Amino acid sequence: MSSTSMPETGTPSETTLRTRGRGFPVKALVIVVYLVFLLLPIYWLLTMALKTNQEILSTFNLFPDNPTLANFTVILTDPAWYMGYVNSTIYVVLNTLISVTVALPAAYAFSRYRFMGDKHLFFWLLTNRMAPPAVFALPFFQLYSSIGLFDTSLAVALAHCLFNVPLAVWILEGFMGGVPREIDETAYIDGYSFPRFFTRIFMPLIAPGIGVAAFFCFMFSWVELLLARTLTSVDAKPISATMTRTVSASGLDWGVLAAAGILTIIPGALVIYFVRNYIAKGFALGRV
Amino acid sequence: MEKPLNNKAWFLVLPVFVLVAFSALLPLMTVVNYAFQDTFGNNQFFWAGTDWFEKLLHSDRFGEALIRQVLFSGLILAIEVPLGIAVALCMPRKGLWVPVCLVLMALPLLIPWNVVGTIWQIFGRVDIGLLGHVLYSLGIDYNYTQDPLSAWITVVVMDVWHWTSLVALLCYAGLQSIPDAFYQAARIDGASRWSVFRHIQLPKMDRVLLIAVLLRFMDSFMIYTEPFVVTGGGPGNSTTFLSIDLVKLAIGQFDLGPAAAMSLIYFLIILLMSWVFYTVMTKQDEQDQNRKTGGGE
Repeated sequence: MSSTSMPETGTPSETTLRTRGRGFPVKALVIVVYLVFLLLPIYWLLTMALKTNQEILSTFNLFPDNPTLANFTVILTDPAWYMGYVNSTIYVVLNTLISVTVALPAAYAFSRYRFMGDKHLFFWLLTNRMAPPAVFALPFFQLYSSIGLFDTSLAVALAHCLFNVPLAVWILEGFMGGVPREIDETAYIDGYSFPRFFTRIFMPLIAPGIGVAAFFCFMFSWVELLLARTLTSVDAKPISATMTRTVSASGLDWGVLAAAGILTIIPGALVIYFVRNYIAKGFALGRV
Repeated sequence: MEKPLNNKAWFLVLPVFVLVAFSALLPLMTVVNYAFQDTFGNNQFFWAGTDWFEKLLHSDRFGEALIRQVLFSGLILAIEVPLGIAVALCMPRKGLWVPVCLVLMALPLLIPWNVVGTIWQIFGRVDIGLLGHVLYSLGIDYNYTQDPLSAWITVVVMDVWHWTSLVALLCYAGLQSIPDAFYQAARIDGASRWSVFRHIQLPKMDRVLLIAVLLRFMDSFMIYTEPFVVTGGGPGNSTTFLSIDLVKLAIGQFDLGPAAAMSLIYFLIILLMSWVFYTVMTKQDEQDQNRKTGGGE
């Protein structure tokens, strides 16, 4: 009974009455107001995506008069637009794979052993998560130009490792801390070699952690714009850059811009559904 | 139980070390190089000593951007943290609505930052945006492209919209770890609503709250994309934060020396903050470890 809401002052029976009668609606109201605040701008973007440009600029209405999918058609048929999504997906997936793969053994080392310089190394990794991408924009541009990676998906994927690898190490280390060390020791006694133990026993145990780390790498690579835009020009141009350049070039086609925005929200919304029970734990770097 | 000392663990860390060294150390050294040199083109560089740093620290431009940045981060924390806690306290603790609330609340966190900018750019426009239009109809003088105050309000509200959920989700995770027995005990003791919050809920949240505050501080300190898309740093320079100013300097004007010097100072500020963050967090970890082992044995 007490689990539906927080208990308040008074005897138990009084509390139940009061939370039912007065406390509960207030809380629900706060949540509803907050969710409306969150969803209203997104709703507005959606209605714009369903309107023609003429309707957007000439009339002001809450619902589109004649909902049209024309704006989405523009994006899905024009290579300049849809290649942006393809490019973004390529470097995001690449980055997620690289980040999680290198972070797994490192997180294990940090979580299980002490070694020379471990604390300094961990702190150094942390500073990279905190480094402003703006600081790195220009040197990245020069570095990747000089080794011939400029305007490739790999360049963006590597650049995003700057903040995603430390993040993945952190999250995984937090999750690994929850696995008792006795399991490792038992496995070694049973004659498991390290690689076999790690892939057969340990990784399944922290599968949720790996999922969450992958999700966060995916997400932070997907939402980043500055580095992705700096490191690409034509061939590997991500969707976010396509959008900003359209704005500055014409500044007119609001409908298509809105439709492009809606399409960028969808992957995140899909992925979030799968990790919904671990989102908060992931944001807390596995340390709840 | 102490972690065993094993220097072979370095081999496990090596891939991360190499990768991050490549993507962090090399570029950082380039920045350091530029910060102490001057160039007149043709790839010829001259030693400039600490000239750039002195000029920068005495320039109004950097000082103003820094003040704006600190003001912005302070404002963000003052609004988002209490609001996030309040939302977390109001969340249902069990039931059908929990996953719905969680997914809806996490939605803004997953929108690409430039799209967040685009959403608010459209939403706030006086001619075609819901917010701008409604405010205009009410007779409020709101126009974020011309009025600095409106631009500030728009950028702050946008950030609140974007990131309050992060604070709320973290606090909610902390609250979820409180067993029902605690509340029952509090009720038997006749604890007031405030003392339940102060002595049961807040202590359980302090750890995640710390992470939330520091993540929010640091991410707001390096904010670039959202205000860049909405206001472009304007009107005038009123929403030009450090990152925006830095990119203008480095990529817009290609002033390598000053930009590099600014990068280093900017980075040092963040480094200092990270150090505080790290120290506080590891200290807490150690305390927890002690408490756990103390209780178990």
